[in-house]
Order: sequence, then C-alpha cells, then structure tokens
Amino acid sequence: MALQSCLVNKMRESVIMKIHYGTALASIALVAVHILFRLTQGFAESLQYENVLANYQFLPYAGMLEIILILLSIHGFNGLRVILIELKQGKSYEKSVTYGCIAAMTIVILYGSRTIFMTSMGMN
Amino acid sequence: MASDNIQVSQELSRVRTQPKSLTLRISRFNPKTDSGKRFVEHKVPYEKWTTVLDAILHVKNNYDHSVAIRYSCRQASCGSCGMKINGRPRLACFTKISELNSNVVTVEPMDNFPITRDLVVGFERMFSTHKKLKPYIINPESEITPGTKEFLQSPKDVENYIQFANCIKCGLCNSACPTMATDSSFIGPQALAQAYRYVADNRDKGKDERLKIIDDSHGIFRCHFAGSCSQVCPKGVDPAMGIQLLRGYLLGFRS
Repeated sequence: MALQSCLVNKMRESVIMKIHYGTALASIALVAVHILFRLTQGFAESLQYENVLANYQFLPYAGMLEIILILLSIHGFNGLRVILIELKQGKSYEKSVTYGCIAAMTIVILYGSRTIFMTSMGMN
Repeated sequence: MASDNIQVSQELSRVRTQPKSLTLRISRFNPKTDSGKRFVEHKVPYEKWTTVLDAILHVKNNYDHSVAIRYSCRQASCGSCGMKINGRPRLACFTKISELNSNVVTVEPMDNFPITRDLVVGFERMFSTHKKLKPYIINPESEITPGTKEFLQSPKDVENYIQFANCIKCGLCNSACPTMATDSSFIGPQALAQAYRYVADNRDKGKDERLKIIDDSHGIFRCHFAGSCSQVCPKGVDPAMGIQLLRGYLLGFRS
C-alpha cells in the first residue's frame, strides 16, 4: 500500500486520468459480457444460488469477475477522489483523501477477491 | 391642416425623444464594513444605445458617487468592467440595456472572485495563474539579435491560435465556470485557453513546460466541459474547445 501511495503521489494527473478513462471503457465492455451471460441463461434462472456458484466455479468467468472488480474499484475510487478534492482544498486534506481512497479501494478489492477466490475453490 | 401636422410631428418627436426608464439594482458591499451584500435601486433613463456601464455612471454622476466600479476603454477592449448583469457575466460597456429585455437590471460583482468593493473584484489570482502558464513565446531563437530573422507563419498557422489571442483577461469565463465555484485551486478556463494559445503557436517551443504545469490535480482534468466559459466570452474565444484540444496533447491524441 505504501508503494501504491508513493506511485500515486508521483503520478501525473494525465496518467491517472488515462487509467480512469481506460478502466471505464474496459468495465463497459466486460460488464456488457457479464449482462449478456445473464440474459442468455434467462435472467431469473441465472441468479439462482446454484447457478451463481457454478458461474464462480467456471474459472474464466471468475477471472472476468475479478477483473471487473478491480476495474470498477479503481475507476470508482478515483472518481470519488476527484469529487472530494473538488469540494474542498488543502494539502493535508487532499493527501488524506488520496490515501483514504487508495486504502478503501484496496480493502474492497481484497474483500471481493477473497469472495471470488473462496467461492471458485468451493469453500462456500 | 398644416397646424395639425405640426402638432402631430411635435407629439411624435416628444414621444421619440422622451427616454424610457428602468430600475437599476446595484449590489453594494464593502468587505471592511459590511456583513453581506445589499442592493440599492435607482430609476435611470435610457435610450436604445445606452449600455449598462452608461446607466451605472448615470447613477454615479447623479445619485450616488460612492458606487465602486472599474472601467476604462468603453469598447470591450480592456476587460475592466466585467460584472454579473441579470445573473450572467457580461461586460457592462458591451451590454446594451435594450438587449436585456427587462425593465429591471441587476448588477452584481462577478462570482468566483474576491470582492474588493461593490462591483469591483480582485483579479490577483487570475493574473498570477495566467503568468504561471508563461503567456509568451518560448523559443531560444526569439532573441532579437543582429542576423536573426522574423518567424514566418502561414495564414493556416495563425488560424490555429488566433481566436485565443483575442482574450482580454476580463475574467468572465472564470466567473461562469462551475468548477471554479467549488475548486479554489483550479487553474481556470482563462489560463488554460491561454496555455493552448501558445502551445498551438508553431513559433513556440515551450509546450512541454506548459503541459507539465497544467497536468496537476487542480489542472486541466478538473474541467467538466460545461462550456459556460465559451458562452459568456465577449470576444468570441472558445476556452472550452481550447481545453479539450489541450487535453489531446496530454492524452496522446495530439503531438
């Protein structure tokens, strides 16, 4: 996490925003695939407990969910950072917003990855 | 019959020359003594050609000389008399009362600037941001020394930046910008448009220096492309477009 913060502090805003736009586009593509999967199976049926578990246990699909989780976390928390630094300014405030967003993003990714990993390994 | 005609003609000329009047609401505020803004109202006569600046000066000359206003050229060249007129940032000297279609004209100081007094705002931050972006040609060969020649530009080269060179630094774009309203550290459309003016100039070699300055957490990427800056510019500059073109350099679409 310290390494992540260090990278972000040194990153130019244009690099951060390239990541922001890139994650948005990639998320749209992958979430579209995810929704299409739901629709091809029949929406209500696809959300039944066994079917959801089966999705997680199909490794390529679990991998895609993991990528969606990472992309949306990066995009969402960077968006939150942008909103918060536009609302209020100040060196220490901005620093704490940046660190806070990185911490929150890491927690969400770790917790989500744990869920995906445990379910795909059959540890439900 | 002749006397009737004379009477009608006199009546018409009386109606034509009798000026209409409007209510001018002027925002008064002295940060040293007042706790908040208040409005004072004056009835002001006006003609088809009367500008808002003329009306304010009428108030100063006839009713209240203490109204603070900054103005100079009266022809939309100096950029001194920017203010909010009926809720929209405009130049007072460039806004005719007749075009406002209202009998009540409210004048206030521009938003997003500190109020010095009444209608006068402080431009210090805008000028310092403008200066920070190096608003001049950066070229090691630009020194005028014996043997050097002028830089030749084709009309197409000039077209790339000429509209941005029309900026008169009136601050209307910064006043209309919604990002400037919340982000006090934002560079602002005026300075960003000027950065593009020099980056797009083929005589200039300071592109990387300027891009580095605007590539900041309160720099160019805080623009949400509301476009209000371009809407209010009295000189036809399109800062919103300049900002998007400048972004192209940072995102790798332009070189």
